[in-house]
Amino acid sequence: MKSAVVVFPGINRERDMMLALEATTGHKPVAVWHTETELPKVDLVVVPGGFSYGDYLRCGAIAARSPIMTDVRAKALKGLKVLGVCNGFQIITEAGLLPGALVRNAGLRFVCREVKLKVENNKTWFTNRVAKGAVLSCPVAHGEGNYICDADTLKRLEGDNRVVFRYAAGSNPNGAMNDIAGVMNEAGNVIGMMPHPENMIEPLHGKTDCRPLFEGLLAA
Amino acid sequence: MKAKVKVTLKNGVLDPQGKAIEGALGSLGFGGVNGVRQGKYFEIDLAETDRAKAEAAVKAMCDKLIANTVIENYAIEIA
Repeated sequence: MKSAVVVFPGINRERDMMLALEATTGHKPVAVWHTETELPKVDLVVVPGGFSYGDYLRCGAIAARSPIMTDVRAKALKGLKVLGVCNGFQIITEAGLLPGALVRNAGLRFVCREVKLKVENNKTWFTNRVAKGAVLSCPVAHGEGNYICDADTLKRLEGDNRVVFRYAAGSNPNGAMNDIAGVMNEAGNVIGMMPHPENMIEPLHGKTDCRPLFEGLLAA
Repeated sequence: MKAKVKVTLKNGVLDPQGKAIEGALGSLGFGGVNGVRQGKYFEIDLAETDRAKAEAAVKAMCDKLIANTVIENYAIEIA
């Protein structure tokens, strides 16, 4: 499992993501700067968290239109696995790889805490080592993670099992529709999520609940 | 030419910032405020001199970047 991590100005979780990928897959990921126009040959591209372009215009809006994203989009449409976490979720959603949008938290506050994350679909390349319905502890840190989409899209997401992660009852930090924390595209190769699983994989993180997600990449 | 672009949230999209402003107006004693929706306003300076071409270009800009048409509407004024 070879991977690349795309880096934009203002991103700050790329190092954590690269360490998590290396620790679990055994391969050091390649960091790809946003001005590049072609991805290296990899099995997975991760768009990490942070505050690309200071969240100017809309979260992820400017990063989503950067040169490297043209190739990310083209390869994603051909089946390349893409994972977007936090700002990365916002970026790939702005890039049109996932439906819906992420807007200001309903409570208006930036939320930085641990939430309970329920795995709704364990038949994906990121969740195949976790039981369906498993509840994982996972940190969130965002001001705009409130997932919204139109009624038809929501119906399709739910009906097609494309809600991969949901905040467990009472754990929704942002007012997201149907407690949605992570979704995937129709083909199943693109997954986006607001919580930070890369920060819950080592004993020093306090818990290792999310390590099986990354270990699942090896089986995928 | 100059383009003025207004971007507003679509009906039904929750606007917690607008709600907070509405609450603050109420606490300042402004009665009769039935609702507040916050939007964005852009002024774009264009080299184009043909009105129709300018409008078409700004429309493309809005669709591609300035607005997220999943959640926002936009209105363009060319002057």
